[in-house]
Amino acid sequence: MTGAEAAQVVLRLDGITKTFGALVANDNVSLALEKGEVIALLGENGAGKTTLMNILFGQYTADAGTVEVFGQRLPPGTPRAALEAGVGMVHQHFTLADNLSVLDNIVLGAERLWSARSDRRGARARVAALAERFRLRVDPDARVGALTVGERQRVEILKALYRDARILILDEPTAVLTPQETDDLFDTLRQAIAQGLSVVFISHKLHEVMSIAHRVLILRHGKLVAERQVARTNPRELASLMVGAEVTAPAVAPSEPGASILHLDAVSTPDRGSAPGLRDVTLDLRAGQIVGLAGVSGNGQAELAALIGGLCVPETGTLRLDGESPSRWTPHEAVQSGIARIPEDRHKTGTIADFTLTENAILECYRDGPFSARGWMNWRAADRFARGVIDSYDVRCPGPGTRIRLLSGGNMQKLILGRVLEPGPRIILANQPVRGLDIGAVNYVHGRLLEARARGAAILLISEDLDEIMRLSDVIHVISEGRLSPGFARGSMGAAELGVWMAGHGFDEETRHAS
Amino acid sequence: MDILEIFLTASFWTAAIRIASPLIFATMGELICERAGVLNLGIEGIMVAGAFTGWFGAYMGMGLWGGVALAMATGMLFGLVHSTLTVPLGLSQHVVGLGVTLLATSLTYFCYRVALPEVTSPPKIEAFQVWEVPVLSEIPVLGPALFAQTPLTYLAFATVAVVAYGLYRTPLGLAIRAAGENPAAVAAQGLSVTGLRMGAVIVGSGLMAVGGAFLTMSAFDSFFFEMVNGRGWICIALVVFGAWRPGKALLGAILFAAFDAFQIRLQQTPLGAQVPYQIFLMLPYFLSILALVAMSRRAEVPAALMVPFNRGDR
Repeated sequence: MTGAEAAQVVLRLDGITKTFGALVANDNVSLALEKGEVIALLGENGAGKTTLMNILFGQYTADAGTVEVFGQRLPPGTPRAALEAGVGMVHQHFTLADNLSVLDNIVLGAERLWSARSDRRGARARVAALAERFRLRVDPDARVGALTVGERQRVEILKALYRDARILILDEPTAVLTPQETDDLFDTLRQAIAQGLSVVFISHKLHEVMSIAHRVLILRHGKLVAERQVARTNPRELASLMVGAEVTAPAVAPSEPGASILHLDAVSTPDRGSAPGLRDVTLDLRAGQIVGLAGVSGNGQAELAALIGGLCVPETGTLRLDGESPSRWTPHEAVQSGIARIPEDRHKTGTIADFTLTENAILECYRDGPFSARGWMNWRAADRFARGVIDSYDVRCPGPGTRIRLLSGGNMQKLILGRVLEPGPRIILANQPVRGLDIGAVNYVHGRLLEARARGAAILLISEDLDEIMRLSDVIHVISEGRLSPGFARGSMGAAELGVWMAGHGFDEETRHAS
Repeated sequence: MDILEIFLTASFWTAAIRIASPLIFATMGELICERAGVLNLGIEGIMVAGAFTGWFGAYMGMGLWGGVALAMATGMLFGLVHSTLTVPLGLSQHVVGLGVTLLATSLTYFCYRVALPEVTSPPKIEAFQVWEVPVLSEIPVLGPALFAQTPLTYLAFATVAVVAYGLYRTPLGLAIRAAGENPAAVAAQGLSVTGLRMGAVIVGSGLMAVGGAFLTMSAFDSFFFEMVNGRGWICIALVVFGAWRPGKALLGAILFAAFDAFQIRLQQTPLGAQVPYQIFLMLPYFLSILALVAMSRRAEVPAALMVPFNRGDR
C-alpha cells in the first residue's frame, strides 16, 4: 500500500450540529475517516455518539453540517442514499425481523423492489462467499429468532457487507456479547480492514477501544473534545477525557464476612427449554460479603437469579433463609424478607417504560405502607420517596413525573438502585448491574454496592464481565451448565484459571473428589 | 337423505366453493394488510360498499367487469382513508377500523337511498353466469365444484396464487412481510415503511370490496341491506386460522363454506324437522371457533401487527 492510498479519506463529517428541543446532541462535530482505518467514538451515555452516526446514516437530519462519502456529498435524511454510497450500519438494537430467515433478512431491500422474482440461489451463493471471506459463520436458513445474540450480530454485519458496504458503523457492538463472541467480532473486523473497509466503532469500553481502534475521538456533551492515536494514549487518559475529570474506581477493602443469611443446599431446578436448570447447587450468602458468579451467559445464571428472587422453587434440595426453609417462596415473600433485586434487563423486567419515575420507584412495594393504606394509594408518600431516590442517587431527570423511557440507561439503573437499596436490604441480587453503562455510572453502581456490603448486606453479583467479578467479589463461584464450582477466595484464581472452569472443565474432578 | 351422503353430492361441493369465493377475496385482502402490520377492521364495511358499488356499476351500464373495477376502486379509496389514519398518523387500528366499517356501511345505505329513492324492491342485474371449463368440469363431484363456477370464483383462486407467490417469491413480498415483523429493519434498509404499509392496506381493501361485489354480482343479482352479514369478521378469523398463510387461509375459507353448505342441507333432512333451524345456522360459527382453537395454537402472529412505526423515534 502506498502512502497516497493510505491517506485516502472515505468519510468526512463537517460541522454537524443537531438539537432535540433544548438538548444539543451534537455541537459542530467534524471528523474524517481514512481507508482501512478503525476509529473509535468514545463517550459516556448521552454524549451524542449514536445521534452522530444516525445523522451519517440518514436516519436523522442534521440542523447544520454536511456528510461526504468518497468525496460525494450525501443528501440528508435518507438511509437509502447512505446505503448506496457504501455505508453500512449495525445498530445497537438490531434491526432484524425475528420470524424471517437469515437469508430473508439479508436480502431485504437489496433487490429491486418491483422485480417479479427474487433470486434466492444467487443470494445464497453470495452470502456463503461473504461468510467465508469475513469468517462470519451462520446458517442462512435459520430463523433469526432462534439465533444467539452473537449470531444475530453476524447477520447484521453480513447484511451490510451484502450491500457492498465500504464503511461499517458499529454502534456499541460488544454491549451484548460474551468475551468469546467479542473476540470473534474483532477477528472479523480485522479481516474487514485488511480488505480495505473502514470502520467507525462506537463504544465506552476502554480496553476494547484500545485493542481494535487506530484512532480515538472523544465526545463529551455533544462536542468533540479530543482526538488520540491509540498507540500514544492509555485507558486512564481516555477515561478522564471521556468523563472530563480524573476517574477513580472505588477502592475495595478486604471484608470480614458475617453470619450466613441465605443458604442453598444441593438445589436442583428443572431445565427450561435449551437453558439448563441448576444441578446440585450449594451456595452460601453471608452478611458483608460479595459473592461473584462468573460464567458464560445461559449456563444457569438466570435460573439462580429466578430462584433467589422467588420466581421459582427448588425441585430438590433446600433453600434456607436465616436457617429456616420458607413455606412459600414467591417474589413477594422474597422482597418481604429483604431481598433486593437488580434485574438483568432493566428495560424488560426492571421498569415499565411508560410509567413515571414515581410509579417505577414503588413498583416492588406499592402494596405496603406508606404507599398504600386500606386499598388507597398514597401518591404523596410515593412522590416523596421518588424525590428522595432522585436526590440521593443522582438520577438526572426533569422530575419524578417523567416517564422513565426518556431516561438514559445509567439514570434508569440509578433509579432501580435507589429503589432496591433505600429500604436497606439484607440480600442484594445484582444481575449484570452495570451492563451497557458508561464508566462514570459503573463506578457509581460499584461504589453503592460496596457501601451496602460495608453496611452488612449479602450480595450476589452475577456478571459476564470477568474483570468486574474479580475486582469486587470476596468469593467467586463459576457456573457452567447449571453446576456451581467451589468458592474461590479473592485473589486465589487468575482470569485464565477461571476461564477453564467457565469452559466447563474441573467440575468432574470435583465430583470424583467428593465421592 | 342420509346425512353423510350430503358430502358425496356434486351440488354440495359446488355450493361450498361458491359460498367460499367472497370469503377468499376478503381473506386475502385482510391477510395482505396484516402481513404488513395493519389490522384492517374496516373489512366488514368495505365489503358492504363493494357489494353496492359493484352491483350499482353494472346496473348503471358499466358492464359486469366495469362493476367489479368500480367496487375495487371503492375499496381502495376506503383503504386510503384507513391507511392514512393508521400508518402515517399512527392512530389506533381498532378505532379507525371500526370507524371505517361504520362509515362505509352507512355511506353505502345513504347512497343507495339517494340513487334509488323510489324503489320498493331492489332492481336486478344480469349477474355473472356459470362458465364451465371444458373437459375438467366433467370430473365427477370435484369437476363441477371447481370448474363449473362463475368467472369471479376462478379469479378468487387466481388471487390466492398471486398473493402467495407475491408474498413469498418477490422482493416486494419480502419487504411487506418484514414491515409486519419489524418495521425498523425495513427502514434501516432504506425502504419506506409508510409506503409499504399504505400500499398493502389499499390493495387489500380493494380485494375486500371485490369479495363484497361477488355477493351482489355472482352469488346473487341484487343488493340488499345486511347482505354481508358478518362475513368480514369471519375473514378476520380465517386469517388467524390460516396462520397468516394464503394457502392455509384458502383451506379455512373452503372449510367454513362447507360447514355453511352442510347446515343448509341438514335443515332439509328429517333431523332438520325436529331441531330448531337456528342451531343449524349456528353450526358453521361454532365449528369455526373449534377449528380456530385447534389451528391457531402455534400460529406466528406478525410481530409488529398493530404496532405503529414512527421514524426518528428515540
